[in-house]
Amino acid sequence: MAKKLMKGNEALAEACLRAGCRFFSGYPITPQTEILEYLCWRMDEVGGKCVQTESELAGVNMLFGAAAAGARALTTTSGPGFSLKQEGISYLCASDVPAVIVDVMRIGCGLGDIFMGQGDYWQLTRGGGHGDYRTIVLAPCSVQESVDIAYGAFDLAEKYRHPVIIATDATIGQMMEPVELPEMIEHDINKYDWAIKPRLEGEEQRAIWNRYWDWDWKDPSVGGHMYPEYVLKKYGEMEETEQRWESVQTEDAEIIIVAYGTSARVAKGAVARARAEGIKLGLIRPITLWPFPKKAFEELGDQVKAFLDVERNILGQMKDDVILADGNKHPVEFYGDYWDNSNEITIVEKVKEMLARY
Amino acid sequence: MNFKIPKDIDMSKQASWCPGCGHGIVCHVITEAVEELGLSDKIITVDDVACGQFGQFAMKYNTVMGAHGRTIPTAAGIKNARPDALVIARPGDGSAYSIGIESTVYSAIRNDNILAIVINNSVFGMTGGQMSPTSLPGMKTATSPFGRDETKNGQMMDIAKILGQTNMAYLARCAVNSPANIEKAKKAIKKALTKNLNGEGFCLVEILSPCPTNWKMSEVDACQFIKDTQSKYLPLGEFVDKGGNE
Repeated sequence: MAKKLMKGNEALAEACLRAGCRFFSGYPITPQTEILEYLCWRMDEVGGKCVQTESELAGVNMLFGAAAAGARALTTTSGPGFSLKQEGISYLCASDVPAVIVDVMRIGCGLGDIFMGQGDYWQLTRGGGHGDYRTIVLAPCSVQESVDIAYGAFDLAEKYRHPVIIATDATIGQMMEPVELPEMIEHDINKYDWAIKPRLEGEEQRAIWNRYWDWDWKDPSVGGHMYPEYVLKKYGEMEETEQRWESVQTEDAEIIIVAYGTSARVAKGAVARARAEGIKLGLIRPITLWPFPKKAFEELGDQVKAFLDVERNILGQMKDDVILADGNKHPVEFYGDYWDNSNEITIVEKVKEMLARY
Repeated sequence: MNFKIPKDIDMSKQASWCPGCGHGIVCHVITEAVEELGLSDKIITVDDVACGQFGQFAMKYNTVMGAHGRTIPTAAGIKNARPDALVIARPGDGSAYSIGIESTVYSAIRNDNILAIVINNSVFGMTGGQMSPTSLPGMKTATSPFGRDETKNGQMMDIAKILGQTNMAYLARCAVNSPANIEKAKKAIKKALTKNLNGEGFCLVEILSPCPTNWKMSEVDACQFIKDTQSKYLPLGEFVDKGGNE
């Protein structure tokens, strides 16, 4: 298929439609708004429904209804709006409802600002909502990868009956790149036996509610209530099977950058620049922010001296996960940009400085 | 008088309402209305977190439990995915008029083709009888111990005054404090479901419902309180009755 030049946000929206998504509910917020703008006309063409809701809260809860009814449903937002979605995400997890939520990240807390940032790592990976839950978080670093990840996200959500979050950022959302779009498929809303539809006489009642009510019985072989077992198994399986990452020249690297999304693209430039100078620099690019790709760290050799966490935020939100994945064996430093675009030259300078120390 | 348990009432599960609570009566009325219209195989309910949620055990319909205050947009989401279903949201007054008021207003503005049955007992019931938007002037609650003071606590909310100017299809207030009123409530629900069936738009039926526990009254006095006091501040009747886009 011929490649098409598309803006990241619009390409992601189109990929969701092609995966059979026929419901969208969301609210305008920069730098995500193109998704809503695109779907408000494009959804009509494919026979779906797009609702501009009164709030982010309504957006995520309307999605909850559509997804509970079996539709492939999408809502998208950015930083401040993502905060408002958290209660809804907690409910989606508690009720085992698969759906796709996109956070086109911007910078800062409070209002922060609308420009490029990776402000939401903590909220994405720890969950801003209440209770025991995790969500798979996928972080593309190009328009094409946004398309590929969005296209597969609904299958992944349904595999686990669980929401999946896609974390892009202002740069990936706003820039244009050539993309190859996948085939359009239709999703059957009656595919799964949990999907809510009217009950026919004689059928068992279907309910989407707190799943712990469905597991609220004791199994003597387990020695207690089944729900904690169920939850631990579900998240354990995700952690075991869903870790995704890209390793770049890590085989002989002495310093390894860990970066995702737009930061990883800059980091790749830094690796090439450093290698040209004979510096043994490598990159681990997490594609899943949760589960964090710990397996990538298990493959590393003894030559590694230190890690450099590169992100577009102030506090280095991913740094703790790098320390944990490394097992606290090496120093982990942080390089962050806030006002300016991340710069591969200054990253290489930082790496040189580290090599002098370690 | 013939008494028959409606076929969509599930007697095998426990719905733990207090004695004299109106929620069970409302479930009875809903299932009777649905049965009389022959629409059992079209219904999906969306229930709120709090007392109303027990309705999921009392009724056999397939059901979704929404987040507190979000039953109405959740119902709208289901309707979008399954346009042939009749979707009934069952929030309480705290949910529909306090935390969820923006969504209640917007479902009326968008004229979502769903039915919201708002069980109004003028308090937050499950949490122990705190003041709600519909707590009456002077009404003593856990958070207005000296009686609702409208200068301090704000005005009592009458949803008919708020939604009366929208293009929604149907807005009525009923009560379940007497056999005659229960019949009227059933009639209103049947009318609303018929409008949804015809695609006319958003219907909201508010039902004044006794809460003897939090009103600190006997069951009989609670029914009398609806007649003498609650329905004086919140009059019964039909306030909007039209095809949504007229």
